[in-house]
Formats: sequence, C-alpha cells, structure tokens
Amino acid sequence: MMRFILPLVIFLVLAGFLYAGLGRDTREVPSPLVGKAAPAFVLPLLHDANKQFSPQQMQGQVWLLNVWASWCGACKDEHPLLMDLSRKNIVPIVGLDYKDKADDGAATLRKSGDPYTLVIADADGKVGFDYGVYGVPETYVIDKQGIIKYKLIGALNTKNLQEKILPLVAELQAQ
Amino acid sequence: MKYLLMIALLLPAFAFAGVAKDMADDPVMERRMMHLAEKVRCLVCQSEPVSNSHSDWANDVRQIMREKMTAGASDQEILDILVERFGKSVLFDPPVDKETIPLWSAPFVLLFVGSGILVYQLRKRKGLLVEAQLSAQDEQRVAELLNENPASSPATVTSNQAKDSQA
Repeated sequence: MMRFILPLVIFLVLAGFLYAGLGRDTREVPSPLVGKAAPAFVLPLLHDANKQFSPQQMQGQVWLLNVWASWCGACKDEHPLLMDLSRKNIVPIVGLDYKDKADDGAATLRKSGDPYTLVIADADGKVGFDYGVYGVPETYVIDKQGIIKYKLIGALNTKNLQEKILPLVAELQAQ
Repeated sequence: MKYLLMIALLLPAFAFAGVAKDMADDPVMERRMMHLAEKVRCLVCQSEPVSNSHSDWANDVRQIMREKMTAGASDQEILDILVERFGKSVLFDPPVDKETIPLWSAPFVLLFVGSGILVYQLRKRKGLLVEAQLSAQDEQRVAELLNENPASSPATVTSNQAKDSQA
C-alpha cells in the first residue's frame, strides 16, 4: 500500500509547488520599502518646471504615487482606470513621469487625458531609483504619515484596484 | 555603385561609435564596478547579473554604482543601497538571516529527509530477507548441480581465455 501512497504524496506535493509557481509573477519582488517612510525628494512639476514638489506636501493625506512614462506601453492599459479613479475624486494621484522627455510626457497627457492631481518630472530616474522602480508602471499607496503601505509593480487592473488598493486607501483614510 | 553601397553599409557602424560612452574614465574603478555588478541580479532580466545585461535598468544601476564609487562609497555600502531599495533578492548570494534561512537550509533538509528514507527502506528490505528452507531433495539437487561435469568447466575457461587473447 505504502508503495503507491508515497509516490502519490510526493507527486501531489511537487504538483502543488509547480502549480503555485505557475500563477506567480516573477517580476513581483517583495519591496523592502513597504512599511518605511517614502524617500524624500524635490522635483520640478512637469507642466511648470519653476514649481517644485516634495512628498512632505502630502503630509496628512493618503495619496497614490503612480510611476509612468510616455514610452511605457502598459501605462496606456491602466490609463483609463486612472482617469476613472480621478473622476471619482477618491484619492489624490501624483504622477511621476519616469525617465521621460518633458515634452513627450506632456504631449501624452494632452492627447489621452490627465488623471493626475499633479505630475512631477523625474527625467534622469534618480527618484525612481530611490523608490526601487524597475518596471513601469508602478503604483505606491502612501499614508497620512508618509509611510509607503503598498507597492504595485505593473499595471493597475480592476482586480488589484478593487481588491487591494481602494480598500487599503479607504482603511488608511479612516485612520 | 558597388563601392558606394559598401560604404553605405558601413555607415551604421559610425553611428554606433557616436553613442555616448558607457564607461567610467578610470579603468580600475570600471573593473571594480563590473566585479561588484556580477553579484547583483538584474531584476528585469532575472537570471542575468547586472554586469552582463544591456537592459536599461542594468545600465542605470551600473551608472549609479560608478557615481557612488566616485563619491567614495565602499562595495558593501553600494550593495546595502541596492538591498534597501530592491530587496535581498537583488543579490545573487543573499545573506543568511531569518527570512532566507529556509532557502539556505533546503538542501540540507532534503539531504536529511532523503537519507532517512533510504535508511528506512534498506532496513525494511533487510527484514524481508528470510533464510530459505531447503528440503533434503533440494539440497541434493544443489550438490548435483555444483558437482556437475567437473571436467568440462576448465575447458570452458580455456576457450574463453583463448577468445580474450584473440581480442
């Protein structure tokens, strides 16, 4: 009896591991930044390079930091969702135009709509590096104290928005 | 016309030569940087080190390494900066700690479990061995078989030897 059960158990365990591995996104590296203070920076606004933005200005409110670029394909996929979110006016969305030419970034927003409360230009990607950005788009949920609570690598979709990000935003706003 | 075409085909090579050089001015530092970059995983290409990758992200990381080195950072400080931002999985050789202990101990656990199963199976098999009970008839047959044609056996050996030496 054992002779049949043992291989079966081994097979099931292996199959279980492999099945779990199938569904995993290898790009999804757990970010060490979650639970830590959002790195400080000062960057010019995309639409007005004379004005500057720093995360301290958002102190006291929950906000989203959405890293995007005009050259980024997946950003176009999540764009309608951001537009929708911005119309609902639930949470301020700060856009970080990552490693992009200011003209290109501005043109993209003019053409397809601007979902952002404000957009900052990270032309050389230095701030992106500090935030551990390696795949655009990425979205950060930052709480009232300026702590990063969640980081999404890759595009927003209705699933991760409805199941993860919006409930988290509501929970943080209630605090 | 043929020459013109040949020259035209060479033109892209010149265009490439015009691209900004992606190197530190100091060759010693460049070597140090590349050596360090071998230890860092390229996150956008997974199993490749940053030193080998041409991806944009790897280029950026190498550039940042150069800048930090110019600023006087030690190798360990640079690795710490990367781990702080991208997590321990950015290192090919992650440090042993609470989080990575399952990873590091897995081979030993597997070895232990495997040898346990092996020993268990061998013991069980040993227990299954039973000294065969031979009847008197069997004993007699064994004796007959062992003593069968005592003269023919050496002959067979000789013929085998002959074959061997031929070969």
